[in-house]
Amino acid sequence: MYKPEEHNVICTVCPIGCRLTVIREEHEPDGYKVIGGVCKRGEKFGVKEVTDPTRTVTSTVAIEGGLLPRLPVRTEKDIPKHLNYELMKLISSVKLQAPVKIGEVVVANVFDTGVNVIATRSMRAVK
Amino acid sequence: MRSGPYNHFTGSRMKRGEMYDVVIIGAGVIGCGIARELSRYNLSILILEKEGDVADGTTKANSAIVHAGFDAYHKTVNGQMNARGNPMYDRLAAELDFPFQRIGSLVLAFSEEELVSLRELIDNAHVLKIPGVEMLAPETVHAKHANLSQEVRGALWAPTGAICGPWEFAIALAENAVENGAELALNTQVTAIQKTDAGFRLSTAAGGSIESRVVVNAAGVYADIIHNMVAEPFFEINAKRGQYFLLDKSAGDIVDTVIFQAPTKAGKGVLVSPTVHGNIIVGPDAEYVEDREDLRTTGPQLDFVRQAARQSVPNIPFGMNITTFAGLRAESSTRDFIIGPAEDVPSFINAAGMKSPGLSAAPAVAEEVVKHVAVALGGELKERKDFNPHRRPAAHFAESSPEKQAELIATDPRFARIVCRCEYVTEAEVVDVIHRKVGARSVDGVKRRARPGGGRCQGGFCSPRVMEILARELGIDMGDVVKDGPGSYILTGRTKAVEGGN
Amino acid sequence: MQQYEVVIVGGGPAGLAAAIEARKNGAQSVVVLERDRELGGILQQCIHHGFGLVVFNEELTGPEYAERFIDELMKLGIEYRLETMVLEVNADKTIRAISPNDGMIEIQAKAIVLNMGCRERTRGAIAIPGFRPAGVFSAGTAQRFVNMEGYMVGKRVVILGSGDIGLIMARRMALEGAKVLAVAEIMPYSGGLTRNIVQCLHDYDIPLYLSHTITEVRGKERVEGVTIAEVDENRKPMTGTEKHYDCDTLLLSVGLIPENELSRGAGIQLDPVTGGPIVNEAMETSVSGIFASGNVVHVHDLVDWVTEESRRAGAYAARYVQNKLVEDASVIASRPGDGIGYVVPHKVRPENLNDKLAIFMRVKEVFHDAKLVVKADGEVVYSRKKRHMAPGEMEIVQVDAQKLKDLKPAELLVSVEGGETVHV
Repeated sequence: MYKPEEHNVICTVCPIGCRLTVIREEHEPDGYKVIGGVCKRGEKFGVKEVTDPTRTVTSTVAIEGGLLPRLPVRTEKDIPKHLNYELMKLISSVKLQAPVKIGEVVVANVFDTGVNVIATRSMRAVK
Repeated sequence: MRSGPYNHFTGSRMKRGEMYDVVIIGAGVIGCGIARELSRYNLSILILEKEGDVADGTTKANSAIVHAGFDAYHKTVNGQMNARGNPMYDRLAAELDFPFQRIGSLVLAFSEEELVSLRELIDNAHVLKIPGVEMLAPETVHAKHANLSQEVRGALWAPTGAICGPWEFAIALAENAVENGAELALNTQVTAIQKTDAGFRLSTAAGGSIESRVVVNAAGVYADIIHNMVAEPFFEINAKRGQYFLLDKSAGDIVDTVIFQAPTKAGKGVLVSPTVHGNIIVGPDAEYVEDREDLRTTGPQLDFVRQAARQSVPNIPFGMNITTFAGLRAESSTRDFIIGPAEDVPSFINAAGMKSPGLSAAPAVAEEVVKHVAVALGGELKERKDFNPHRRPAAHFAESSPEKQAELIATDPRFARIVCRCEYVTEAEVVDVIHRKVGARSVDGVKRRARPGGGRCQGGFCSPRVMEILARELGIDMGDVVKDGPGSYILTGRTKAVEGGN
Repeated sequence: MQQYEVVIVGGGPAGLAAAIEARKNGAQSVVVLERDRELGGILQQCIHHGFGLVVFNEELTGPEYAERFIDELMKLGIEYRLETMVLEVNADKTIRAISPNDGMIEIQAKAIVLNMGCRERTRGAIAIPGFRPAGVFSAGTAQRFVNMEGYMVGKRVVILGSGDIGLIMARRMALEGAKVLAVAEIMPYSGGLTRNIVQCLHDYDIPLYLSHTITEVRGKERVEGVTIAEVDENRKPMTGTEKHYDCDTLLLSVGLIPENELSRGAGIQLDPVTGGPIVNEAMETSVSGIFASGNVVHVHDLVDWVTEESRRAGAYAARYVQNKLVEDASVIASRPGDGIGYVVPHKVRPENLNDKLAIFMRVKEVFHDAKLVVKADGEVVYSRKKRHMAPGEMEIVQVDAQKLKDLKPAELLVSVEGGETVHV
């Protein structure tokens, strides 16, 4: 018996947390039908979670000469979810020198995604 | 074992292979008390402790009560030692600067039968000459103590009952002993004792050996094992575990005196008492355990303690609990303290079986042991001319008046930097306890001496700061700072050492 | 004795917002007293994103959110003192504080805003049985070590409590190379946002066990393992359901407690349910001229609401200083009704309201398709159908101030009506 491709996705657009079922349907505009949700944004989210799941990643990098030994950073935009651990490896070798300004690019264009890793706080130099 | 902070304490003669006059095994309140009492005399003294700090066994986990002395039977050694030990505390607290408060104690009776046992206790108190012990009518009890159960049928009042800081006391004793020339070796476990012509040779787990004319056994729950290394077995130590709750200071006024329950066939009951730091302590139960390191708390026994305590204080706010803990009491098969030389080895002196009231008796026990040491060393001990009974005093910022606080800050701005926001402990105090004679080497060591982390957040905010200060003052990496013993590491490495993950 | 119009106790998100708004509303001399080495409070260690959707309509990390307010504070030239620990707040609005720079400080304020925030519940508070080794951390302490000090706290981790801090730390530890074995939650539902369940647990294949708790901690020196067990409807562990984990670390995310030791010292009345001060529409406590806002009053789910509430507190404190607050007015008592755990504020003087009265609250259970209703002496003044309400999320209702001014009711009762309670 033919069984169409089907995914269970919990919607994270709002706190309700709808249990979405995302079903492959050739004739739908997005190629998928989404059931179980209550809004359009949820439908869009469901399809994206199945076709191209992405996340914003936050972490820290080493810094010298500041108040703290770590500087918090994040990806400026979402990157593909499967790159999370790769990104952690990439930034593990970064070492900055204070001062740093918030928003400063720490690593540019990671994995050719066009997304930069940026500083999420300023840290002035001490002593 | 990690190197570094743990090797700061060791015996100098021990290193040189020279003979000590007295080696004391065990740095609990008993061993430290004996060391301090012996340090009045011209003797070379070494205290050996298997743990990384003094006061790290039974001394750090008990009810913290200095019993008036009516409870232990007058014909027993522990009865006599308790009665003698209690009045010695006032002077010791003044000399050594540790927390001690005579807040009195009540024993509650809930039945006619229990009133009978209170009368027996009063008779016992009279024989032992415990001052001021009397029976209170229920009306008197309720008038003075609003939070006690309406079921109370009468109570024994003992005005000399007291509370103290047991580990602060033991640390103070050790410090003062060392200030007066005694030596201390931590992380040094005795594995064998050999009789020699001149005395004893003790082997340690690290492979060292120590010579001494006299050995004092103050090894707590391990006292039988130590005894049997060199002398004919005649007693066994059983570890009896007791579990406790410690409630937040905001519950601190629920009782203002030590509240015991009348002893029954079922046991001694559960106590509810203020602590010297303003918390409320509730416990213990009593349960024999096989493993002498088994400091587990257990759900059913904690429930038992809760229920039993509610009999005395029905509205006790267990929702304000800040920590639970367990301690082990060293109970001898002889049912009494064992103080004195082993029959077959006269220079091996036991101070063993120190279950409750061991803390209350400790000062008297120390005096007794000194007499036995004198005999073993051949007579009169020579007093040191330079013995100083006063420990170098420490500043206690939180307990000081605003004027005194301003004065402290003027002398050292680190008094204005609060490390522990629950107990208002300052950086200056933390630094001081690290650099004292028997200084702290771990987060718990700092907590026992200066109290950061002893409050309601249990170190949530201050532990990173305390670790930072310990690392700085000891010249080690913060990653090597431990909670208590050598294996109690806190951090597991730097971040970004990616390996695996989920 | 130094003199200030408004003294802000605490330089976290609440204190920053209150200080800025006090200044903007005409308070001339404002000072922020902060005990830490920098401003921003706990936000500085919350390096994950998800802050600011309400206030800035964008997603920021904690430090980014904090820095916007710190920048504004600087721009307005508001005075602040770091490493300054307040020892005493008194009902006469004197404050005693210390700092290494200034020594002992005594201040006479015209108004005070308390913004001390909250602290984490500990292992002791929930009496977890077992040994007491190293390796048991509250999630926030672990977060500080990992995000600010740059140290890992463990390699194999079990987490108790599915509040947001617990979930965030699960992801954080996993990303840093630790193996997170499980998250146990004693309640039948998670205390955290769905989004965090998905992005912090599902993304990293971390199992969540609802209706489970820790029954034993093993290891004498360092944690060697924990046991978790399923609980019955009375939250008592059931024998036979135990699972054993070999791990070196237990993180606890078991609730937050408003930090009100200073409030108690000032004789301020506290609400036993929230653990924070009883406040009126101006966020003023039972002591006239002492205001409070943020997590010191009640634990918020989003920092955005802390900001919103603290802006009100700061603005009202400025009005108080300028004698523009109507003090002896008719007072409405607001109360939680069916399904509601608590409401803030507790008292309302309609004369002092602008156009709306914001009531913050938490529901007691998970509700679907229920109505949130506010009644003024029985008359409905607000009603809205809600698809989903959960104790983990704060509910906010805005009641029309004019209605209250007209009705002058004695009581406002907030309740959940209809719908179904859900056990996930």
